[in-house]
Order: sequence, then structure tokens, then C-alpha cells
Amino acid sequence: MGKTLAEKILSQKSGSDARAGDIVIATVDLVFVQDTTGPLTVRQFQTSGFEKLANPAKTVLFIDHAAPSPNLELSADHILLRNFARQTGCQIHDVGEGICHQLVAESLAKPGDVIVGADSHTVTAGALGAFATGMGSSDVAVVFGLGKTWFRVPESIKIAASGNLQKGVFAKDLILYLIGKLGADGATYKALEFNGDTVGKMPVPERLTIANMAVEAGAKVGLFAADETTKKYLREQGRVNDYQTISPDADATYEQTMNIEANKLEPMVAKPHSVDNTAPVRELKGTKIQQVFIGTCTNGRLEDIAIAAKILREKKCHPETRLIVGPASKKVLMAAMKAGYIQTLIEAGAAILPPGCGPCLGLHQGVLGKGESCLSTANRNFKGRMGNPEAFIYLGSPATAAATAIAGEITDPREAM
Amino acid sequence: MLRGKAFKFGDDISTDHIIPGRYAHLRSNLPELAKHVLEDADPSFASRVKTGDFIVAGNNFGLGSSREHAPLVIKLAGARAILAKSVARIFFRNAINLGLPILICDTDKIKDGDELEIDLAAGTVKDITNGSQLAFGKIPEVMLHILDEGGLIPYIKKYGDFKL
Repeated sequence: MGKTLAEKILSQKSGSDARAGDIVIATVDLVFVQDTTGPLTVRQFQTSGFEKLANPAKTVLFIDHAAPSPNLELSADHILLRNFARQTGCQIHDVGEGICHQLVAESLAKPGDVIVGADSHTVTAGALGAFATGMGSSDVAVVFGLGKTWFRVPESIKIAASGNLQKGVFAKDLILYLIGKLGADGATYKALEFNGDTVGKMPVPERLTIANMAVEAGAKVGLFAADETTKKYLREQGRVNDYQTISPDADATYEQTMNIEANKLEPMVAKPHSVDNTAPVRELKGTKIQQVFIGTCTNGRLEDIAIAAKILREKKCHPETRLIVGPASKKVLMAAMKAGYIQTLIEAGAAILPPGCGPCLGLHQGVLGKGESCLSTANRNFKGRMGNPEAFIYLGSPATAAATAIAGEITDPREAM
Repeated sequence: MLRGKAFKFGDDISTDHIIPGRYAHLRSNLPELAKHVLEDADPSFASRVKTGDFIVAGNNFGLGSSREHAPLVIKLAGARAILAKSVARIFFRNAINLGLPILICDTDKIKDGDELEIDLAAGTVKDITNGSQLAFGKIPEVMLHILDEGGLIPYIKKYGDFKL
């Protein structure tokens, strides 16, 4: 009997014949934390009695959620992480380097890896064919010390997408549509395995957007096969040697298969206050927006900034709408500068943030006011998410965000392209 | 046997409801952080909850972030168990890792303020107020061992490794 991607990777890393429902212990190839989950992880690690890291070279700390630090408490947490890196010899990526999931994709994740991160959007690396999942600080502390953890091998839901996305429709619209169909708990404890000619042709940056949001349907992982497209991406990142082909068996067993006719999709948004509360953008036309935010681990990549710059070129943001752009990494920011996108966006009225997560989780930078609405390219719109429980968050693609910034109200990007 | 009062919540209570990102600066100051527990779902909860009480919720409790601080502040606030119709994956694992029982059962009939009695060994919840009794779903064995030791860190201190 054949295996799904999840079963294949967990079989290899546990040295057993892993099947959906089994409990296995698997070695972990890469483990990481960020600055809001890292300090507790470090304390749990120390309490556990571990004396050293199992694999310092593959243990990574990221300072991205509050970067640079907005207050003295978080500055103290950052010092704790820097000291831990010095003491243990693990990697640290400090202020300005970028969002953990983007840096993992650019330089760390390999097809076939098991990756554990103290951040729910660790699933992003599934785009490269890695079994990547988020866990809490205690679990991650134990991975720090043992280099392994236990998993329940997930059942898989096959998402078969076919056809070409229409102009103005992007990976973000596809995943929002899917979460609307599955519901916020439709894939709880499961693996989503993406398949079909639509995703087969999709470049890795768009796959990253889709894998990133698998957790918004409750999934443990969002997996793509590693193919020639993956190889091309890894070559662009200067690490083609990290590539290996990995694909599910043709006779693998899926709990269910969902077919998506991608050519019929249209631009989508998630309305307040849940990610599965989705609707076509056109149905929201006229909804006033005070802040547009383009960035995050979901949509802060060069391709996202390029689309926004193309739409905003020689245009101005609406006088009652502010635009905030946060590139996902230093590499993205520098490439966007070189291509002239940053200049274009600033001329259109954008405020550019250093690479990081801040506004997405309401930690700092771009906290919403009472009664305000934001169109964000992030992955979550829960009540209070952007720092104010009396604000409203709509999620959409970078194209929808750019078109909305110009009009001052939610706008179908096909009108602006 | 655990006995306490039910605090009832609806579906889809996210980790942002439990401990919003705007309090990220308090994550290394847990007693202070716990004063804001579940603030965006019920602003009065933190001042009303007493040691021994229970959180009773609908579907998909704890969805969202991996922040272990979410179940940690629920525990610090005094809650001794969470009952829900379903629970998000990371939150479920985090709660067990902290030695906080999280029980899957049909919570529809339990009303806010009901007096509950939970028998972890027997797998039952008795609603003293309405006289009904519920059974909760089986927790995977590996998690039961972790729960028995009071959480993952005490478990690892004792065994030094996973024992499946």
C-alpha cells in the first residue's frame, strides 16, 4: 500500500513503517523559536535539566515578532535569547533579518525534513516538501535537548486543484477559498496535501502562501511534493544541493479528496473575525478601509511586493487610507529596493517597515484604532489580532490590498490591473 | 476527583482571545499576564474565576498561535480542566504538556455557572446542577503518561526520553 507525503517523511525519520494514526518518534532536522515563544522555551529547556543542545547547528532563534523591540520587557527577552545563543552555540537571526518562516524557506528547510517550530506558521515550509509543524514551548524545549519528538501520523486530505488562475487571482485567493470550504477546524489533526496541475505550475513563493495558511483550517501540515519547481527555487537560493525529489505514491490512501476548479476562482477576502468567514471581494465593495497592510509570512515576499508596486505605480493611496508595507526578509527588502518597488510604494504613500512580524499580531507598528478596519495580507483576523478588539480585519491578496489602498474601500483588483 | 464551577464559552475561542499579542511584553511576567486571561472573550473572567473552576467551550477551542502561554495563564488563573467539543491541535498538546487536563465531550447541556464534578480516571463529567452525566473521549496513551507526571517537563526530568 502506497504512502502519502506525511507517511513517507515520517517513515523515513522514525525508521518505521509509519501509517496514519500511528504514534512515532521522529528525528527533527531543524528546530526553531521566535522572540515571543523562545524565552519560555529556554526556561523550559533549563528546567528540564538538559545540559546542551542535541544539534546546535540546526537549532535556530529568530528575533522577528518585536523587531526592533518596542519596550523594555521585550528587550529583556531579546537579551535572554542572545545569551542563550552565545552559551549553546545555536544560530540566531537578530533584528532586521526577517520573519522566521521566510528565512527558513530561503536558507534552512530541505525537502524531506522534519521541522518543528514554536510558531504555528511553521507549516509554511511544507511548500518545500518538509514535514513542518508548530508546537508549544515545552515540546520545542524537549526537541532542543533530544533532537526528536513524538508525532501522531496524520491522515491526509488531498487537495486537487486544476486549471489556470485567472488574471487578478492568486494563491492567496485559492487558500482563502479552501479555508472557507473546509472551515477553521475542517482539517484539525490532519495533513493537507496539495496536488494537481494548478499547484504543479505554481512557483514556490505562491506555494509558501498556501502552505502557510494550512493551519488556519486546523491542519498539522500543508505539504507539496518537491519537484523541478522546488529545485529551481533552491538553486535561486544558492543551495541546489539541498534538493531531493519527494512525491506521494500513486496508490496512497487519503481520508478524502477535494477538487478545486482553480480557473473558476475569483479574488477572495476573509471577513472579521474568522479566517473561514470568506466571500468574493466584489461582495464587499464599498467597505471603507483605514489601513492596508502588505507583508507577513503569508504575503511579504518579493513577488507580493512586485504586484503591489505594479498596481500602485504612479497612483496615490486614498487620502483616508494609510498603507504599511513590511518585507518578509532582508533579502526581500534589498531585492525590492533594487527593482524600484520600494521607491514606487513610497511615492504612492506607503510607510515601509523593517522586516518582521509586528503589525500582524498587534504587538507594535500599525495597531488599529477603535472602530477602524484594515485590509491585510496576513493569515489571521481574530478579534483583537491587530492590537484592538474593537477593530475589524479583512484578509486578502497583495493585489486586493493595493487596489483597496487606492480606492479607500475594498476593491476587486481586476478593476485596477 | 475535581470539583468546580463552569465558565461557559462559545466556538472558535482563539489564542488571541485567550492572551492577545498586545500583551506579548508580559510573557516573561506570568502572574501579570494571567490578569488578562481570556480578556477578549470575556473581560470579567479573570476577576471571577477561582481555583478549581473549569473552562467549558464549544468547537475548536484554542485555535491559532502556538503560544504555550495561553494554556499556562488558564492554569495560573486557577482553572483545573478545559472541557470542549473539539480542540485545536497545538493547544491540545500544549495543555497536556502543562499537566492541564483537556477533555473532549458534548458541552451543549452544561450552562455557565453549573457545578461540575470530573472523574479523570473514570472518564466522566457530572453536572451537579442539572443532574446529568457525560463521558469524555479517550486521551492518547502517550499523552496520558505525560499528564500523569504533571506535564512534559516533569516527564522528561523523570525518564530523560520518550517512552512509547
